[in-house]
Amino acid sequence: MSILIKGAGVAGLTAAFELASRGFEVEVYERSTETGHGASHYAGGMLAPWCEREAAEEVVLTLGLAAADWWEKALPGQVTRKGTLVLSTERDQSDLKRFASRTSGYEWLDGDGIAALEPALSGRFRPGLFFAGEAHLDPRKALQGLHQALVAKGVRFHFGAEPEGHYAQVIDCTGSAAIETLSGLRGVRGEMIYLETPEVTLSRPIRLLHPRHPIYIVPRDGHRFMVGATMIEADDDGPISARSLMEFLNAAYALHPTFGEARLIETGVGIRPAFADNLPRVVETADGFAIAGMHRHGFLLAPAMARQLTEKLNVNDRRKSA
Amino acid sequence: MLTLYDRTVSSRLLLGTARYPSPAKLADAVRRSGTEIVTVSLRRETAGGKAGGAFFELIRDLGVHVLPNTAGCHSVSEAVLTAKMAREVFRTNWIKLELIGHHDTLQPDVFQLVEAAKILSDDGFEVFPYTTDDLVVGERLLQAGCKLLMPWCAPIGSAMGPQNVSALKSMRAEFPDIPLIVDAGIGRPSHAAQVMELGYDAVLLNTAVAGAGNPALMAEAFAKAIDAGHLAYQAGPLEPRDMAVPSTPVIGKGVFA
Repeated sequence: MSILIKGAGVAGLTAAFELASRGFEVEVYERSTETGHGASHYAGGMLAPWCEREAAEEVVLTLGLAAADWWEKALPGQVTRKGTLVLSTERDQSDLKRFASRTSGYEWLDGDGIAALEPALSGRFRPGLFFAGEAHLDPRKALQGLHQALVAKGVRFHFGAEPEGHYAQVIDCTGSAAIETLSGLRGVRGEMIYLETPEVTLSRPIRLLHPRHPIYIVPRDGHRFMVGATMIEADDDGPISARSLMEFLNAAYALHPTFGEARLIETGVGIRPAFADNLPRVVETADGFAIAGMHRHGFLLAPAMARQLTEKLNVNDRRKSA
Repeated sequence: MLTLYDRTVSSRLLLGTARYPSPAKLADAVRRSGTEIVTVSLRRETAGGKAGGAFFELIRDLGVHVLPNTAGCHSVSEAVLTAKMAREVFRTNWIKLELIGHHDTLQPDVFQLVEAAKILSDDGFEVFPYTTDDLVVGERLLQAGCKLLMPWCAPIGSAMGPQNVSALKSMRAEFPDIPLIVDAGIGRPSHAAQVMELGYDAVLLNTAVAGAGNPALMAEAFAKAIDAGHLAYQAGPLEPRDMAVPSTPVIGKGVFA
């Protein structure tokens, strides 16, 4: 009997990939009509374990270290390894010092160092922190890529459908939909926007610190930039608020005034599922397991969760055969 | 013990709940500090329906008094609306009234503050007004119905500590029987101890704990500093003087014989 994976977001597809690669027979059910319909669709796609350590537990760093290699191996050519640049305006430099004191894996850059990496920001910021070991990818492309790779491996997909039949194990990867069924999960609202302008070129994610409205900007193909993301303790997925939009645009404008001329091509809102400690985990359920609580670390920690899942399934297999 | 409106608490630390690394870290900080009052801000745009439900449940589960606040409000009508929504969500008449007048420094708009305090007090709210160290504004807030005052000691989140000690002292002297809580600007436990030594009744903080490397440990450090400052005030600290004063009488000591 095969293993059923519920949900074709980042958790479900990485789990399917890991299981299929190890010879498990896998089927994927997805309620919506395409991959990555939930929070994955609005993810930044930053593989930034060192930066995330600023506000997350050490385990996010240790589990996240292998993420860029996992994605590169699964989807050759999709991972950009150009690091992360962390900046602040002149008046918020104490936030930059604070960020540095909470993290590792960076070097301080002066104005020339920043200009060498990102000519568009020449003369605008100094100093900055450069996390050379970090990487990023385009989440939407990555999930499409995983889908194609899985189809090529013979994994069957059922879109717009509820699971039918019997399975050896059911793996719940339904993201925020699991808030209803798994105890301890809550929703954390995240808002983001896409800007498009051919006049600014950035090569890597930029984090602009601010005491109240820190943001990041991740460059995408086609002169597009993803700007995110708010963290609001609410599971309301209604449209972006005027205030959040204003904060994003303000910050983008502060990073480079030319963003004022950009076109706003998309706004989006997703609900991140999170446990009280904001750490993901593989939990045992009545009919299998759930990969739950990815919070803001879907692309960073899904590979580690998929590995943990396969270990648990192997243990279970051995128990049964013993 | 400290009585704020009709409730009595033993901890003199009020803790904000924003910007912790996780709700679990927030809960640790609350427990380790022994605080009995936490402030929670209500974002109106997401307050409807079940929104915020899980986080607010976590707050309620902490088993401490909840002081909702009107953070981010810039006008009387916004603040009044937010206060009314907070009363529904948290079932309390307490409201920390915060009316921002200046975007950059987050300085309170004291004119609108007095107006909103009057409206809310008349409506049965027990108002905790976030104000400056201005004595006249303090007087007007009391006339508007407030039974306590919460002056800043420096801009919100600045971590600068007391910037105008003589103003804080004269506020204490002007309102000897009114609970005074320093709200905003505290960065380190020594700042908290300093304002408690001046005779302030309590301290409200958020960023100094939430932004610390180990929030729970910092929360405990603040709780101890606040206790120390309060004890020192009760003990009657020495005033500084220009000259050295030997702690042991010199005359008649064997060493001079």
